[in-house]
Amino acid sequence: MWRRCLLGGTALWLVATTPAAAFVAYVSNEKSNTVSVIDTEKWTVTATIKVGQRPRGIDFTRNGKFVLVAVGDDDKIEVIDTATQRVVDSLPSGPDPELFAQDAAGKILYVANENDNTITIIDLENRVRLGDIQVGVEPEGMALSPDGKILINTSETTNMAHFIDTATRQIVANVLVDARPRFAEFKRDSSELWVSSEIGGTVAIIDPAKRVITGKIEFSVPGLRREAIQPVGISITRDGKTGFVALGPANRVAVVDATTHKVTKYLLVGQRVWHMAFTPDEKYLLVTNGVSNDVSVIDVSAQKVIKTIQVGELPWGIAFAPP
Amino acid sequence: MIRWLVGIVGLSVVASHALAADPTDIHIGYLGQAGVKSKLSLVEQPADNDGIAGARLAVEDNNTTGKFLNQRFFLEEFRLKDGEDAAKAATALADRNAFIIADLPADALLKAADALRDRKTVLLNAGATDDRLREQDCRANVIHVAPTRSMLADALAQYLVWKQWKRWLLVVGSHEADKLYADALRRAATRFGAKIVQEKVFEDTGGARRTDSGVTLIQRQMPVFTQQAPAYDVLVAADESEVFASYLPYRTWDARPVAGSAGLVPTSWDAAHDQWGAIQIQNRFIKLNARRMTAKDMQAWTAARMIGEATSRSNSADPKAISDFLKGPDFSVAAFKGQRLTLRDWNLQLRQPILLADGRMVVSVSPQEGFLHQFSELDTLGVDRPETKCKLK
Repeated sequence: MWRRCLLGGTALWLVATTPAAAFVAYVSNEKSNTVSVIDTEKWTVTATIKVGQRPRGIDFTRNGKFVLVAVGDDDKIEVIDTATQRVVDSLPSGPDPELFAQDAAGKILYVANENDNTITIIDLENRVRLGDIQVGVEPEGMALSPDGKILINTSETTNMAHFIDTATRQIVANVLVDARPRFAEFKRDSSELWVSSEIGGTVAIIDPAKRVITGKIEFSVPGLRREAIQPVGISITRDGKTGFVALGPANRVAVVDATTHKVTKYLLVGQRVWHMAFTPDEKYLLVTNGVSNDVSVIDVSAQKVIKTIQVGELPWGIAFAPP
Repeated sequence: MIRWLVGIVGLSVVASHALAADPTDIHIGYLGQAGVKSKLSLVEQPADNDGIAGARLAVEDNNTTGKFLNQRFFLEEFRLKDGEDAAKAATALADRNAFIIADLPADALLKAADALRDRKTVLLNAGATDDRLREQDCRANVIHVAPTRSMLADALAQYLVWKQWKRWLLVVGSHEADKLYADALRRAATRFGAKIVQEKVFEDTGGARRTDSGVTLIQRQMPVFTQQAPAYDVLVAADESEVFASYLPYRTWDARPVAGSAGLVPTSWDAAHDQWGAIQIQNRFIKLNARRMTAKDMQAWTAARMIGEATSRSNSADPKAISDFLKGPDFSVAAFKGQRLTLRDWNLQLRQPILLADGRMVVSVSPQEGFLHQFSELDTLGVDRPETKCKLK
């Protein structure tokens, strides 16, 4: 009851202070070498920003002033100034950066370099490289534990989730998962770590304390062959009750009961769905559809796709500006 | 008291042994032939390390993973010279290696397999495309990583039929391998509804592949050779022996595309393939070997990765446990083809998408959309379970 009041209050406050709760999302378009800016008030693209080659991983700095985008074929991370919507600087990563994670304070960035079996650590304030961590073959997924003590990296050909102590920068555990792990996501209360395996076709549920797999989310869509179900992006609601998993060429997002780890619904989205992000109020979930060149908007409580927004070619990553 | 102490010391030795345990060492042999076959195109001339270069990269990849699991992988190469006995060489390799990646012609491969029959050694065929090795001549100790001729032919046929190029002019070389490929192409035409409007044989009359007179003669020969054919959509060439197919594109009497052994070629790998993360393995391969990656390199890479994958999944040092996992229902491997690759349990053939490449670009990847199968669409390529003649033993 108290909780509902609080939620209601927050929602009211949002409506009152930010007109119509307009949020801004940045979408990286892997093929067109651009970033599309989406306004959630009108659900349209308001700007298209030219960036380097093959933009994929994308996120805002904690203060919302900049957007970081990994441009893999240029071997760096570009910095977009959100005020001018232009690339103003770049960060030194290793070869072919793909996904990255930043600490809660927004001071340190950990970058997975697909081409080099390493993670590069970058000082965000001074924009310099602090060091590297050797991991498995083709590092990709990156996630920091909510307390910031453990960094998770998934390596696509080694098929592991590496647990890295952020203080010592040493690997402290390795959990073998199904083939081609691409993305890692913690529940906010640190009770679970989810790792998607694109080729294996599953999401592993890992106990972050024991560092063992405790369960697996399996998917099955009637009429679709097993091979077409390729889990990639994951988002879990703040309350830890519902998970969303993008299923790639299955053209669906699975809605998962995050307690029982069973799929409750498959939402038909665009073609080859990659990554996703909640609006800061968690009312909507936006997913990028690589092959159909659009972004689907999912109403989170109704669990329905309500809109499709055309973006650039092969949209890949998506991030919302902090409120 | 002293006995207790000894006991404790003993325990601590066991404990520290378990912690910094001896690594699991997996030894892989590579059995190939000395010398390389000459190709018509100079840019396609295989390197001396064609094949094994891929296995070397996979062993590096396996060792990167192995670091975290205390597993080490080693590769030992042996090349058969002309007239050398495959059985003897395989037996010698099997003394030190639990797994042998073989790039051998069909008969030599069978000799090696039969020589190792009573051992636990597993052979992984990364070279021979002969269907008979997976059919009447199949062996329980041979896993086939290379695709078959029928898989390659079916992959091509699905695309040509999708493209509505259903009338084929089939030109076949005069060597045994060419005829086998032509058999596979005829079978594919029947399966997928293409029609071979005419068949021609291109006789190999001998001669050098490279001459100072160059293309003058070829330019006169090829149009005449393809003249007076009935109406056709595409010329399909079966020329594994590299005698004529590469001379056909742009030289046919009628303006028609060429496919098969030249033009649009079905293959397990191409240096231009960059989908599904393939760019990463292409880059790793170039970095290690200072050249581009061929189909044979990829087949050997996949074979060595399959061993690595089965070792990490079974987490065992016992070759028997590893090979049981490899042949078991839970095995699959990721090889930059957009989906997991698994083994056909009836003949141990690796299911795999086939690329269609023109030498510069990957044009398409089969199976094509719409070719359905009740179990796996990959089984629309090649000889399927109901038709198999294989009885594994």
